[in-house]
Amino acid sequence: MEIDDATVRKIARLARIKVDDAEAKTLKGELTGILDWVEQLDEVETDGVEPMTCVTEMEMHMRTDKVTDGGYPEEIVRNAPQHAGTFFVVPKVVE
Amino acid sequence: MANDNSPTHLINSSTGDWEMVIGMEVHAQVTSQAKLFSGASTEFGGEPNAHVSLVDAAMPGMLPVINEECVAQAVRTGLGLNARINLRSVFDRKNYFYPDLPQGYQISQFTQPIVGEGEVLLDMEDDEEVRVGIERLHLEQDAGKSLHDQDPKSSYVDLNRSGVALMEIVSKPDIRSSAQAQAYVSKLRSILRYLGTCDGNMEEGSLRADVNVSVRRPGADLGTRCEIKNVNSIRFIGQAIEYEARRQIEIIEDGGEIEQETRLFDPRTGETRSMRTKEEAHDYRYFPDPDLLPLEFTQAYVDDLAGHLPELPDQKKARFMKEWSLQHYDAEVLVAEKERADYFEKMVGLGADPGAAVNWVLNQHLGRVNKEGIDFEDAPVSAEANTSILKMTADGTISGKIAKDLYDLVWETGDDPAKLVEERGLKQVTDTGEIEKVVDEVIAANPKQVEQVKSKPQTLGWFVGQVMQKTGGKANPQMVNQLLREKLDVGEG
Repeated sequence: MEIDDATVRKIARLARIKVDDAEAKTLKGELTGILDWVEQLDEVETDGVEPMTCVTEMEMHMRTDKVTDGGYPEEIVRNAPQHAGTFFVVPKVVE
Repeated sequence: MANDNSPTHLINSSTGDWEMVIGMEVHAQVTSQAKLFSGASTEFGGEPNAHVSLVDAAMPGMLPVINEECVAQAVRTGLGLNARINLRSVFDRKNYFYPDLPQGYQISQFTQPIVGEGEVLLDMEDDEEVRVGIERLHLEQDAGKSLHDQDPKSSYVDLNRSGVALMEIVSKPDIRSSAQAQAYVSKLRSILRYLGTCDGNMEEGSLRADVNVSVRRPGADLGTRCEIKNVNSIRFIGQAIEYEARRQIEIIEDGGEIEQETRLFDPRTGETRSMRTKEEAHDYRYFPDPDLLPLEFTQAYVDDLAGHLPELPDQKKARFMKEWSLQHYDAEVLVAEKERADYFEKMVGLGADPGAAVNWVLNQHLGRVNKEGIDFEDAPVSAEANTSILKMTADGTISGKIAKDLYDLVWETGDDPAKLVEERGLKQVTDTGEIEKVVDEVIAANPKQVEQVKSKPQTLGWFVGQVMQKTGGKANPQMVNQLLREKLDVGEG
């Protein structure tokens, strides 16, 4: 499946990743290559087979409703490029 | 489908009638100690980022583990909405970029929600019954909170809400007026509060509504809709719908077309305005979350939860109407809040007459509570005190007029009503001689009115008022009436 320039641009914008023209060209080739590789699966007959999202025959593990975590706001913001007190600080985003 | 019969709530306009079509998406915060997929606290407020685990902050390598109580709460809610419970549902990633969503996606349910179709019944004030279909209910994560007013160049982000469990409850487009929309949210809130699955606190954002509004000519196909986001009070829901419907009608009548878009309601102006968000932002690219297995449980699990549900508003209402012959609408208002229904039931249990109790609770008591702007459960007049007041009125110890004064006294002093009656001499005067004395005084002092009442018997009420005033409201009104009729020679009403 051929990925075009517009699609590369759109995906980049949705992910808020800045991509210049040269990078877009490289990405276009790489993304097309990935999709082509995965497309080999189309050769398998899957009519009547339920979609599988997990390979293990397991039931989902659940937690009990107890507070067991949190209470370390300084740790949470420690790696942030910018923080004020225990708030994260990001470029202004107003709708 | 509900409401498909002849349209009833029309907006009249110079070009003909219009009908509103409204659907709602309500986000209800699940009542739980910990978050949907982490062990951090759901407590409201707190120091920024204090109720945040490494999962909620989306640190690399962290994996979600679902909170079993949130699952149970969603199932209970589904049962309360008479809805189909899906024994297998799937979590998906809803991808979008925003600073208060550190994962870059919200874990939600898309094609296979935990709860399917259900129904909510509304009793409107005019005794109309409206059925609103429920399309689905799914579990999802709340996002964090961005503050834009702390700094001119930056936004501050607090992830305390991030990962808290929400139930998104989607209605069918069965609602036809702003009053029905308000009744729907009130009813939903009431059901959630009875179930204990959401505290329904709209001020703190535990319950918020997105309202989809479109208009059409009666019987025509659905019009293009606009979505009004995050309306956070029942009053605003009404205002937003009224404004939005009129805005759309004006555009169409002027020959324009409605553009499908997301709008915001501004409570200061009472208007809605476009959010100007690019449509592209709604490309969510849903796909099943590979970090989570399908959510599966047995019918036995659902049955067990169903067996432990509390009595819900509709059941309570039916019982109240059957046991005590309450009017439909009175019963509806009474059961809307569990505290209110329990209060009434306690009074009846203590021996208050049910008919008198419902009037007293809804008019006298609720009237004062609303006037003071306090919560029902914080009112200083107890069910015991109100029962005592009603009993004293019923057995003639005090008059109906004094009952209201006594109520206010109890509200202000917190004293026992019987004690107040004794101490302040509020007992009704039933001694004929004593009342007769006052009646004679009033007649003697007002010869002009005595002359008038002969030709205008309806002015007798004025004499009753005078006697009641002179006795401080303590005279038995029937006896006063009787005596006046005899002495003034006025026939029975």
